Amino acid sequence: MHGSPSILPLSLEALSFSVDGQRLINGIAMRLEAGPRTVILGHNGAGKSLLLRLCHGLLTPSAGRVVWSDHGLGQDWVRRRQAMVFQHPVVLRRAARANVTYGLALAGVPWRERRKQAEEALAEVGLAELADRPARALSGGERQRLALARAWALHPEVLLLDEPTASLDPAATRAVETVIAAFDMAGTKIIMTTHDLGQARRLADEVVFLHKGRLLEHAPAREFFERPSTPEGRAYVSGELVW
Amino acid sequence: MGDFAEAFHTAGRLIIERDPALIAIVLLSVRVSLGAVALAAMIGLPLGALLALARFRGRGGVIIALNACMGFPPVIAGLVLYILLSRAGPLGSWGLLFTPTAMVIAQCSLVTPIIAAITRQIIEDLWAEHREQLKSLGANRIRAAMTLLWDARLSLGTAVLAGFGRASAEVGAIIIVGGNISGVTRTMTTAIALETSKGDLSLALALGLVLLMLVLAVNSAAEIARGALRRSAG
Repeated sequence: MHGSPSILPLSLEALSFSVDGQRLINGIAMRLEAGPRTVILGHNGAGKSLLLRLCHGLLTPSAGRVVWSDHGLGQDWVRRRQAMVFQHPVVLRRAARANVTYGLALAGVPWRERRKQAEEALAEVGLAELADRPARALSGGERQRLALARAWALHPEVLLLDEPTASLDPAATRAVETVIAAFDMAGTKIIMTTHDLGQARRLADEVVFLHKGRLLEHAPAREFFERPSTPEGRAYVSGELVW
Repeated sequence: MGDFAEAFHTAGRLIIERDPALIAIVLLSVRVSLGAVALAAMIGLPLGALLALARFRGRGGVIIALNACMGFPPVIAGLVLYILLSRAGPLGSWGLLFTPTAMVIAQCSLVTPIIAAITRQIIEDLWAEHREQLKSLGANRIRAAMTLLWDARLSLGTAVLAGFGRASAEVGAIIIVGGNISGVTRTMTTAIALETSKGDLSLALALGLVLLMLVLAVNSAAEIARGALRRSAG
């Protein structure tokens, strides 16, 4: 679908990350294949966000490795095949459209093509009418969709999302989930974190469950939600249900 | 008190009649101060942004030194530049001493640290907010610095205005390297110093009034420009 060699599967090899001697990510080994939408679950402080940042290369592992298939094309190329959307979307002080073309410029897209591609991406997330608005004047939900448009324009093979709806209201959350589904339909591998169990049920094909920096479960979503195989997993699923 | 009133009266006349000597002094002052600020902005803005993003040993010391330079005594800057530019000095062959160019260099050396230090703080705060997103998009540090400079353009206007404030009010450095030569290097501040010491309060007062109005005009223009920018970019 993307016409270039795949950076997947993603392999994490004995991955650890420490700050001041404290192991926040502890010996995680797993392999994520192209296809299923992966949702990373766990309590606050379990290491969900850190794991995403390590995968994306924003943090350097203290031990172990993050291995994307680079096909000899180098780390820059691997980076360009990924996009990341953060919990708090950071937008530049310029028009919404210019925020998207900025990403395209960094990706090396010739400037003649940027505007058109940006318009398409904004239309995809339902922001076509707001293209000329200052991005800073957009609402939280609109900003998050702008961040998704910026990612969409880059046609990433892998999209990493860190609690993308944590600070949004239900309507904005639904809009974001729709766009995530569209990415999935377009063949982009979704790897996201959430603390919203309902959202995990709606979006996950497979679940990665973290607890205190360790990987406890990596299972198909149905299996994890119906028969968690660890006590921590059971507590997490039932705790959330009681809640 | 009567002297004072008379001085005010003469000052008003000099301004209204657009006295040629007054005009020449005002124009030179504007050229020197704006030239120095423009040059200092060209150096200080990128310098501050790079320092905000760079990580190296001794960075903390550099930042302290830069911040301290905001209060660098103009007379010392003038003295050092005087030694460098004097006939026997290392840059004596350039023949710049007692020229407007020397005054621009002197003020630029005083204004650059102000612009660079404020820029460093503004960009560093912005970088904390944008770092992950910009890295994710593949921006290297140089590119990120340029992006953040543009993003902070409204706040950085204030940094440049602070620099202009320093330049327009400055007298110690330019009187040393310029020499306060009538018709060549006499600016508003150096003329005020001279005329006051000579006892010609009316010219000094007239120049003082013009200087205040000029500073007010520049700041007003900057605020109007900023308002327009804010409306267009949020």
